[in-house]
Amino acid sequence: MAHITMREAISQALREEMYRDERVFIMGEEVGVWGGTYAVTRGFLDEFGEKRVRDTPIAEGVIVGAAIGAAIAGLRPVAELMTINFAFLAMDQIVNHAAKLHYMFNGQIRCPLVIRTVGGGGRQLAATHSQTPDVVFAHFPGLKVVAPGTPADAKGLLKAAIRDEDPVFFIEHATLYQLRGEVPDDEEYLVPIGVSDVKREGKDVTIVSYSKMLQTSLQAAEQLAKEGIEVEVVDLRTLRPLDMRPVLESVRKTNRLVVVEEGWRSYGIGAEVATRVMEQAFDYLDAPVRRVAQAEVPLPYNRRLEQMALPQVEDVVHAVNDVLYRKVSS
Amino acid sequence: MPDELSREELLEMYRQMVLIRRLEEKAAELYTAGLIGGFLHLYIGEEAIAVGACKALRPDDHLLTAYRDHGWAIARGLDPKRVMAELLGKATGVSGGKGGSMHLASAEHNYWGGHAIVGGHLPLATGVGLAIRYREEDKAVLCVFGEGSTNIGYFHESLNLAAVWKLPVVYLVENNQYGMGTEVSRASSRSNIFEKGCSYDVASAPVDGQDVLAMYRAMREALDYAREHGPFLMEAKTYRYSGHSMGDPERYRSKAEIEQWRAHHDPIDRLANLLTSQALAKETDLQKINRDVEEEMEEIVRFAKESPEPEDDALYEHVYVQPVPVQ
Repeated sequence: MAHITMREAISQALREEMYRDERVFIMGEEVGVWGGTYAVTRGFLDEFGEKRVRDTPIAEGVIVGAAIGAAIAGLRPVAELMTINFAFLAMDQIVNHAAKLHYMFNGQIRCPLVIRTVGGGGRQLAATHSQTPDVVFAHFPGLKVVAPGTPADAKGLLKAAIRDEDPVFFIEHATLYQLRGEVPDDEEYLVPIGVSDVKREGKDVTIVSYSKMLQTSLQAAEQLAKEGIEVEVVDLRTLRPLDMRPVLESVRKTNRLVVVEEGWRSYGIGAEVATRVMEQAFDYLDAPVRRVAQAEVPLPYNRRLEQMALPQVEDVVHAVNDVLYRKVSS
Repeated sequence: MPDELSREELLEMYRQMVLIRRLEEKAAELYTAGLIGGFLHLYIGEEAIAVGACKALRPDDHLLTAYRDHGWAIARGLDPKRVMAELLGKATGVSGGKGGSMHLASAEHNYWGGHAIVGGHLPLATGVGLAIRYREEDKAVLCVFGEGSTNIGYFHESLNLAAVWKLPVVYLVENNQYGMGTEVSRASSRSNIFEKGCSYDVASAPVDGQDVLAMYRAMREALDYAREHGPFLMEAKTYRYSGHSMGDPERYRSKAEIEQWRAHHDPIDRLANLLTSQALAKETDLQKINRDVEEEMEEIVRFAKESPEPEDDALYEHVYVQPVPVQ
C-alpha cells in the first residue's frame, strides 16, 4: 500500500499496463511533450517513446476513430480526450462506432479500447468546460462507463479497463486529482468493472453516489454521524453495466434512499437508480427517494453562482434529514 | 496481355463483375417482393472499381467500405450465398442477420465492414493503418467511400493525421457524381475530388472507374506507394445506374444521362470488348460465364431463402464480448 494521489494512481495504472503489454499505447492531445494537461502522463514520452505516447492534432473525431481502428486491428489503445466536453465532438465515433461494431458485425469485430476523459465542474471554467454529462454516455448498450471516486478504485478500474475486451469510457473528475488515499502496489491489483461497492456502512439511510459526489456524500455521512445518523454510502463506480445488488441490499436494510450526482437531475443517474429501486424494492421504502443534483442551468463562471448550482455537503445532509422526516432547527 | 494478368484472371474478373450485377438485380427483385428490409443501395454500374481494386489487394491487407458494399464483399472473396443471406436477415448471413445490407463484414478477409454513417469509417481505417505502422508490418489499408464523404470533417481529420504519421492507407473515392440527389458541383468546392489531396500533402490521382484494368493497375501502384511512403488519395470516376437506394424518385438527373453511361461506359461491356477484340475470349466463352452465373444465382437465392432466422438468444449476444447479466 502507498498513500498517493488520484493522479499518481492513474499514472501508475497506465505505466504498469504499458510495461505489461506492448500493445497498450496512449494517444491524445498534449499527452506527450506537454505531459498531459492534468499531468497524468508526465515523463511517459521519455520513458516509452513516440511510438507509444502519441501527441495528436486537436481532432477528437479521429482521435477516437483511429483508436477504434487500432483496436480492431488488435492493439490496446488508451485514447485521451482532454475534457468530457470535447467528447461531444467524437460522439459519433463513441456511440455509432465503438458501442456498435461488436454487435452489428455479430462478434467479428472487437474494440478493446479505453477512452480516458475528465469531467466535472467547480473550477470556474464556465458552461462549456464544466459539464458532468456522464449519464449521456451510460445510455448506450455496448459501451462500458466507469467513474471512480477514490485513488485505489481509479487504479484498479483503469487497469481492468485496459485489459477489458470492450470499449470503456473512463471518466476522471477534474477536482479529484489531488485526493489522497491508500493504493495497492500490486501490479495485478484490479477492480472489476460493473461492481458497486459499499464505501461506508450504516443502518439509517442509503446514499448512492459515485466520483466526486462520493466524496461529498462521505463528508455528509461523517457530519450526520456526529448527530447519531448512520448513513450507508454505496459507490456505483461503474455506470454501465450498472450493479444494483449492493444498492438493493442496502435499501432493504435502511428503507430510505438518497441519490447524489453532480450532473443535472432530469433523466439522470438518480432517476435510473430510483426507478430500479421502485421496481425491485418498492415495499421496502419508508419514504420517497430524494435526488441531489446540479441546478438545471448551464454552469456560470462566477464562483458563488457556480457553487450554488453544484451539490454541496449541506444539500446531501438536508436530503438525508428529509427522507428521515427529521426536523432540524438551524 | 495487359500487365501480368493471365487470361484466366481476366475471365475471373469478368465473372465477378457479372455476378455482382446479377446479385444486385436479384436483390432489387427480392426487395420489391418484401424479402429484404431497411435500405438497399445497389452497386450496378460501379462493379469495375471493387473488382479491379480487390484484385490488387493482398489477402493480409485490410478493407473498410461505406454502405454500398455488396460488390466489395463479393470482390473481396466473401461467399455470395452468405452475402445474400445477410440481406435477407438470416442467421447464415455474414453478420448473422444483425447488420443487414449496409453492414457486411468478414474478419477472415480483413474486411472490417460496411459502414453506414457517412465518413465515419475514415478514422477507423486511419487507425488500422496506425496499427500496421505500430507493428511494422508490410501491409496496407484500403478505405472506400463516396465523394459525398469528402465534405465531412472526418475526411479532413483522417487525411491530415494519416499524412502526419505517414500511415499506409489508400483512401479511395467512388465519385458517382451524386451524393444521394445532390450533384457533386453543388456540394463540393472541387468537382475533381483527387485535387483535395494537395491540402494535406497527400499524393493523389484520378482513375477511370469504368475500366477494371485501369482500376487494378492504379490500385496496385497506390497500395505499393502507401506501404512504402504513406497515404494516397484516389478518385475513381464512376456512375451508378440505380437510384441512391431503392425508392429514389431520381428527380435530380435525366433518363438520357443514365442511358448514355449504360451505352458508352459500361464496365462489363468494356471488359467483354477487350477480351474479344484481343482474342482472349470468344463471345461464346462469355455467354457460358453468364449462364454459369445465372445458375449460381439460383443457388445463392435458394440458400438465402432456406436459411434459418437467427435464434431468439441472438438478440442479447455480442453486446459485450463477455455477456453481462441483465439485472
